[in-house]
Amino acid sequence: MSESQIVLEAKGVTKQFPGVLANDNVDFDLRKGEIHALLGENGAGKSTLMNLIYGLHHPDKGEVFVNGNHVAIHSPNDSIAAGIGMVHQHFMLIPVFTVAENVMLGDETTKRGSLDHLAVAAKITEISKQYGLDVDPNALVGPLPVGIQQRVEIVKTLYRNAEIVILDEPTAVLTPQEAEDLFRIMRDLTARGVSIIFITHKLKEVLAVADRITVMRAGRVINTVKPSETDSAQLANMMVGRQVILTVDKKDHEAAEEILKVEGLTVRDQRNLETVHNVSFTVRGGEVLGIAGVQGNGQTELSEALTGLRSPISGKVTISGKDLTGKPPRIITEAGLAHIPEDRQRHGLVLSYTVADNMALCDYYQIPFSVRGVIQPKALDENSRKLISAYDVRTPSPFVNAGKLSGGNQQKVIVARELSRNNVKLVVANQPTRGLDVGSIEYIHSEIIKMRDRGVAVLLISAELDEIMALSDRIAVMYRGQIVAIVDSKKTTREQLGLWMAGAHVEPA
Amino acid sequence: MDFKRFGFITLIIIVLFSVVVMVGQAKQPPLLIITSMLATTIAVATPLTLGALSGVFCERAGVVNIGIEGMMLSAAFFGWLGGIYMFQIYDMEAGISIALGVIFAILTGGLMALLHAVLSITFKVDQIIGGTVINILAVGLTGFLNRQLFFGKGSVFGGSVPSSPGVLPTIHIPIKELFSSVCGASTACLENVQAINRVFDQKPIALGAILLVFFSHYVLFNTRWGLRTRAVGEHPQAADTVGINVVKMRYANVIIGGMFAGLAGAYFTIESVPSFEPLLTNGRGFISLAAMIFGNWTPIGAWAAALVFGASQAMLINMQIFRDVIPPQWSFLQESYIVGLTPYILTMFILTGIIGKTTPPAADGVPYEK
Ligand SMILES: Nc1ncnc2c1ncn2[C@@H]1O[C@H](COP(=O)(O)OP(=O)(O)O)[C@@H](O)[C@H]1O
Ligand SMILES: [Mg+2]
Repeated sequence: MSESQIVLEAKGVTKQFPGVLANDNVDFDLRKGEIHALLGENGAGKSTLMNLIYGLHHPDKGEVFVNGNHVAIHSPNDSIAAGIGMVHQHFMLIPVFTVAENVMLGDETTKRGSLDHLAVAAKITEISKQYGLDVDPNALVGPLPVGIQQRVEIVKTLYRNAEIVILDEPTAVLTPQEAEDLFRIMRDLTARGVSIIFITHKLKEVLAVADRITVMRAGRVINTVKPSETDSAQLANMMVGRQVILTVDKKDHEAAEEILKVEGLTVRDQRNLETVHNVSFTVRGGEVLGIAGVQGNGQTELSEALTGLRSPISGKVTISGKDLTGKPPRIITEAGLAHIPEDRQRHGLVLSYTVADNMALCDYYQIPFSVRGVIQPKALDENSRKLISAYDVRTPSPFVNAGKLSGGNQQKVIVARELSRNNVKLVVANQPTRGLDVGSIEYIHSEIIKMRDRGVAVLLISAELDEIMALSDRIAVMYRGQIVAIVDSKKTTREQLGLWMAGAHVEPA
Repeated sequence: MDFKRFGFITLIIIVLFSVVVMVGQAKQPPLLIITSMLATTIAVATPLTLGALSGVFCERAGVVNIGIEGMMLSAAFFGWLGGIYMFQIYDMEAGISIALGVIFAILTGGLMALLHAVLSITFKVDQIIGGTVINILAVGLTGFLNRQLFFGKGSVFGGSVPSSPGVLPTIHIPIKELFSSVCGASTACLENVQAINRVFDQKPIALGAILLVFFSHYVLFNTRWGLRTRAVGEHPQAADTVGINVVKMRYANVIIGGMFAGLAGAYFTIESVPSFEPLLTNGRGFISLAAMIFGNWTPIGAWAAALVFGASQAMLINMQIFRDVIPPQWSFLQESYIVGLTPYILTMFILTGIIGKTTPPAADGVPYEK
């Protein structure tokens, strides 16, 4: 592989965003027919580099060469013409268009002024056959499962005759089985001479599929290595810049009495579709129940129903025997709930309030924060200073707006507020580490385990299977709004969970 | 257009027509009343249809346009004024002056839309505020110029409104001529054919609007331009990543939309009556928006909705036409303000979403940032 020709090369690429040097003099190359993984933490600058190569952003400095020739890329039109295709981290598909319309958009075939759907569909079918990318050209894109949407994105690049395909975090939204399928497609593509840049922050994946691995950190390329010459620990060190502990340190648990009890819970979403059907489970004090599942299988509505943000249609929710079904968040919070919400910026913080104010959002109306209805700034200030140092929140002062902090520190503000309250009996943490850097992830994981060891019940909802496996004592799998399995985390495997997440009703071995 | 909404539209039109037939049937045959209603409906729905098309193009591309009212009003004024200038000052023939007036109106609409585009696309001003600016500007500008040019002391036209070149002629579609032979000697039959012919004898903007509805529908859903327009209104990032220039597409569609509103303005002062009065559009721009919404942002749907509003207006007009023949127990309908409010009540009713919610383009009203 190493002998083949270089098809794409970026030299000295630099890009400054307000406040961050997203790419700092980056060199990168791609050889014909290889899978070159670009590995790095969130915010390392991977997407930025690709957006620069693809022409969505313009570099401050640096050049791009395709097949040895310098190309000036001003817009995606130029990169598409140079044979570069990109599947973005967030899909660039129009839900109300059909597959064929999405594929042809920007490169339409017309017949006497009308869009020629038939010709486009024929070409899509041909590409599907050639690369094993099964898609129905006439299906609407919106209702398609994400795995299929991703295929549509890949078909889009091939439709434009791309010879270089960039896949930006393609596995983030897939089940392990869907990811396997994607890897098969990637190998089929490279076998036919397509070269692939594969972006990810998951170590296992790069070791499994990449021919070469380039690691980025804080806007710089750290190193380029071959999978045969490295291992997870070394890659993790390069990604983070220091020794990282890849496993969470966790003692055996002693589960105590039942804290959260959910019986026959049914919830509808805002479109009035039933997204949680008749779900029952319990969480005891001193244990972590992990809810695994691909995003969009009802986890959001489930956690909203448990935390008072949404009223269930039927069923019952109790905390320590107290019926809290459909009660407002304040009542549930007072009964002992700590909630780390899925969308920290919308439901976790008031971005335009200071860190100090945000840290008192749950109990600002109580003594010592309020006395006879008047807010006590001194109490807020003291509380926030205490929490900032206890929870290692990196902020210039308690009086900056929460919106100014980085994602990891915003999450720490929420964790500090929720977990520091003294009557907490139950923690509901929904995607608590999504989009965070490794340091913050480690920290938040250890705080969650600390709560569990103190005898608190923890419900952890996450689409990251590794996170679920590392933290949970028991694991429930959600699929299409139902809990399809609940198992002891020591007695199951990734593969088994993956099958359940994909809807296969296989009995545990 | 889903079944429920189409059913509702048909139902309301039938009800409105029935009311007029009922009150007028003592003296007039129903066919005459129905054809008269149809003719009026099509004519008065014209500015609503064009206004709704204006909104469809704009919003399908992702720019909310509540400035249609203002675009219509200024186009009505400047189109009419342009005609007068051509006719009176440049001594052009009446026909040419009228035609140029229509062109002036279209250009005025386009120009006002350009202002809206600059505000909302380039400067990313809140689009509701941008549209409000257009509306206020139009009221102020037309009112001021109208006073200054025609009524001020020492004004250009010396204190009186000069005669305008007139209005667009009716286009006769020869149904009568083609089908009268079928009737043979029956005069009743001849009268019927004549009545039916009246429905189709419309003026050019009214007929043009109907052609534009179908043309726009075709463009929006079957051509490259339409696909790209809808793409930038649904998901501009996605359009950008396949090399479509989002800003250009939005500008173009907003301006096209403005030109439709301009043509709607021409309807008032060049097709309907040859005079201008301040605020003459009287909320028609906003009713057009309701039609656009009820028509689910499609040209044909919007047209159907515009016909409902047209029918409710036609009901009022026909009540006036048949004034002498209305039996006394119904005469309250003529005076009642409630009847005059019908189009507005319908608007509110439709916008409550009782008859099913429609879905705007996903990126409607959202400025595009990379
Ligand atoms: N459009 C933008 N404007 C400002 N800052 C940005 C923009 N895009 C990315 N950044 C910043 O650049 C850095 C690198 O981001 P990104 O390339 O998306 O990282 P990665 O894809 O490796 O997770 C981050 O700090 C991010 O906040
Ligand atoms: Mg990224």
